[in-house]
Amino acid sequence: MSAKITPVIELLQKQFSDIDFAPAPLLEMEDQSKEQWCVKVGADKLMAVMSFLRSDERCAFEQLSDLAGVDYLNFPNAKDRYGVTYSLLSLSNEHRLWVKVFVNDPNPEVPSVVSIWHGATWMEREVWDMFGVRFTDHPDLRRILTWEGFEAHPLRKDYPLTGRGERENFKVITRESA
Amino acid sequence: MMTTATSPQETHQAGPAGYAPEEPGGDLWALNFGPQHPATHTTLRHVLELDGEVIRSCTVHIGYLHSGFEKLAEHMNFNQYVVVTDRMNYVSPMANNIAWHHACEKLFGIELTPRCKVIRTIIAELARIQDHLLSVGATGLDLGAFTAFMYPFNARETIYDLCEEICGARFTTSYTRVGGLMQDITPRWPGMVKDYCTDELPKALHDLENLLLRNRIFIERTKGVGQISREEAINWGITGPLARSAGVRRDLRKDEPYLCYADNWDGQGAKAVSFKVPIATGGDCLARFQVRMAEMRESIKIIIQLVDNIPSGPVDVLPNDKMALPSKDEVYGSIEGLIHHFEQVMTNRGHTPPVGEVYGANETANGELGFYLVSDGGNMPYRARCRPPSFINYQCFEKLIVGHKISDVVAVLGSLNVIAAELDR
Amino acid sequence: MGLASAGSMPYQESKEEFLTTKLSHLIDLLRKQSINWSRKNSLWPMPFATACCGIELMATGASRYDIARFGAEVMRFTPRQCDLMICAGRVAIKTMPVLQRIYMQMAEPKWVISMGACASTGGVFDTYAVVQGVDQFLPVDVYVPGCPPRPETLLEGVMAIQRLVDNEGMINSKDRERGLGLVVQPTVQVEVEKGAGK
Repeated sequence: MSAKITPVIELLQKQFSDIDFAPAPLLEMEDQSKEQWCVKVGADKLMAVMSFLRSDERCAFEQLSDLAGVDYLNFPNAKDRYGVTYSLLSLSNEHRLWVKVFVNDPNPEVPSVVSIWHGATWMEREVWDMFGVRFTDHPDLRRILTWEGFEAHPLRKDYPLTGRGERENFKVITRESA
Repeated sequence: MMTTATSPQETHQAGPAGYAPEEPGGDLWALNFGPQHPATHTTLRHVLELDGEVIRSCTVHIGYLHSGFEKLAEHMNFNQYVVVTDRMNYVSPMANNIAWHHACEKLFGIELTPRCKVIRTIIAELARIQDHLLSVGATGLDLGAFTAFMYPFNARETIYDLCEEICGARFTTSYTRVGGLMQDITPRWPGMVKDYCTDELPKALHDLENLLLRNRIFIERTKGVGQISREEAINWGITGPLARSAGVRRDLRKDEPYLCYADNWDGQGAKAVSFKVPIATGGDCLARFQVRMAEMRESIKIIIQLVDNIPSGPVDVLPNDKMALPSKDEVYGSIEGLIHHFEQVMTNRGHTPPVGEVYGANETANGELGFYLVSDGGNMPYRARCRPPSFINYQCFEKLIVGHKISDVVAVLGSLNVIAAELDR
Repeated sequence: MGLASAGSMPYQESKEEFLTTKLSHLIDLLRKQSINWSRKNSLWPMPFATACCGIELMATGASRYDIARFGAEVMRFTPRQCDLMICAGRVAIKTMPVLQRIYMQMAEPKWVISMGACASTGGVFDTYAVVQGVDQFLPVDVYVPGCPPRPETLLEGVMAIQRLVDNEGMINSKDRERGLGLVVQPTVQVEVEKGAGK
C-alpha cells in the first residue's frame, strides 16, 4: 500500500466505524508503492464521507479530479450493475483516493457532490446522460452530450454501438427543396 | 426575443472587480452564440442573457460533436483505439497517443525501454508546443490580429513535417503502440528537431510575443478579463495552464512523474529532465497567454536536453514478452514474426491484461488527460473513461463570463482553448 | 435546311439584324465566360468546420498552402455571403439540423465540398451519434478523401469546384443532379513495373 494514502484510509475507518470500506487497490501491481487505492461507500453515507474527506486537514481532497460511471452488466463476479467512481485529489498532501459507489436498477440514485466540488456539475450530468444514474440534489440535471428527445443511455452495455436508428432520422434536403 | 433573468442572485456573485450590477427589473436580451461561429472553435453554443452589452448570465450547450468515443473504445483493442485518440484532441494528437498508451501500459505493467521513453518525451513536448502555438495564435485571431495567427501556424507546419518524418502522417499520427512505438525514428529526425528548436521556433516565439505583448489592443482586451481565483480553480477541477495561470502549483510532470520526467528513467540512475513550471497569479486571459508562452520555452529546453543523446537499443519492449507488435520486416520476413503478429491482431487473441481498474494520467497541453480503464481480462477494455481536460476546464465558463461585455466572450474562449472533440468525445 | 429555299423562308434577317444577333451571341458568350471566370476565382467558402479536418482547413488557409492562390481565401462565417460550403469533420446528430439550416440559408448558386472521411461516410465513427455521410441528407458536389485530407487534396477539391463552375457556372444548384459524385483522385498515375509482384 502506498505510504501516503494509508493514514487516510485508517482515519476513515476510525471516523466511520459502522461502514465497511473494503479498501483495496484498483489493480494489484508489482511495485506496491504505485498502487491506486479505492474505498467503497454506500449511496446513503456518501455525503458524510465526502464532506469529511474534503474538510479534514489530514485528507484535504480539494479537487474532484474525475468522475466515471461504469456499467458492470456482464462483468465477471460483479454483484451490482452501476458503479460511480470518484477520483479525489489532494493538492496540499499530494495523494489520490478513489471512492466507489454501487447502485442498481430500477432506480439508480446517488447524492450529488456539487455542493462540495463545483467541478462535479458537468461530470454528473455526463454520467446521468450516459448511464442513467440520477444524482439527487443536482442543481441542473439535464442531458449534456446527447440531443433533445433522446431516450436511451448510450454507454449502458445493452445499448448497441450503432444505435437504434437515431442516425437515419432526418429530413432530406434535395436540390429542389433547397 | 425578450426574456427575464432566471436567477439574478446567482449572477450577482461573479464578475470582474468593480462590476456592480443594477437591480434586475429591466428586460434582458437573449443572444444565441454558436454553434457555428468562428470564435467558438468548432461547435460550442452559448445562450447569453444580455443587459445592453453586459452579460448577465450564460448557459453553455455542448455535445454538438459527440461521437461516442467511449462506446467505441469498448469495441476496439488496446492498439486499435489509438487511432481514435488522434481525433480526440486534434490539435496535439501525439500527446493523446502517449496518454492512452501510458494508461494501457500501467494496466499491463509494462516498463518501457529508455529509447522509447526519450522519443515519447520529445514528441510529447512537441505536441505541447503544437497545441500552445495554435491556442495563442487563435486567441490573436479572435481578437482581430490575423498576422498573429499566421506566425505560429508557420511554426506548426514544421512540427507537421517532423510528425510526417517519423510516422508518415501529418496529422493523425497513431504513433504509439502498447509497449513501444509504431516504428523507430529515422536517423535524420533528431537533427531536424534540434534545428527546429534552436532556430525556427525561438524566432517565431519572439516574433509572436513582440507582435502581441506590445499591442495595446491585445493587452487591454485580455488583462483582467475572465479572472479566476486559485481556490475557485481548484474547486472547479481546473488543471493545466489555466490552473497554473491562477497560481496553482500543479504539474503532473513534476508531481506524478512519468517517462523522462521521472528520476532513474533508464534504470541506470539517469536524472530527470530539468525544467521549470511557469506559474502566474493573474488568473486572467493575459496570464494564460503568458504561461503558455513560457511553457513553450521550457518545452524547448526539455527537447534540447534529450535530443542529442537518444539512447540506442530497441524502441519496443523485448519481443520475447509477446507484448509489443513485431516489426514489419519480421512479419514479412519470417514465419515466427507472422505468427506473432497474428496472435496480436486477431480478434479472439491479442493482449490479455489482468482483471482490474487503473487510472493513468499525463500532463498534456490543456491539463491532466487521464484514462480510467476497467478491464475484465479480455483483449478489449471493458470501459475506457477519458478524463478530458477541456470538458472539465470549460465548466467554469458560465461563471467567468458573467459581468463582462459581449466582445469578451471570444477572448475568454480563446484563452480557455476548448477543443470540441475532446470536450464532447 | 435544304427545304428552306429562298422564297419559302418566313423570315430573312437583314444584314444589320444578322450582325446584332451575332454580336449579342458574342456578348452573351463573353459575359458567361467572364462571369464564370470571375465566379470561379472568387469562391467564398463557408467553413463548416467541426473537427480535425477543420485544423487542416486552417492549415490550407494559412501561409504555407495559401488558399488565396485560388481566390478562395475569403472565409465568411455567415452563410448568406458564401457560395461554397466546406463541410469539414464529422457531423453528429445534434449538429445535422444546424448544417441543414446553414445550407438552406446560402444563396444560389451554391456548391458543397464534403471534406474528409467522416463527413463523407462517417469514417471510423460508426457509432450511434454520428451521421454516416452528410450526402444522405444534403446534396454534395465534391468529396475530398482522407482522414484528414492533406491541404493539397483540399485544394484539388476546390479546383474541382472551379472546373464545375467553369463548365456550368450559370446553372444554379436546383438544376443540377443531386450529388455529382465527383471524387478527388490523384492525377498522377503510378505505373506499375512489369513483374513487380513476382
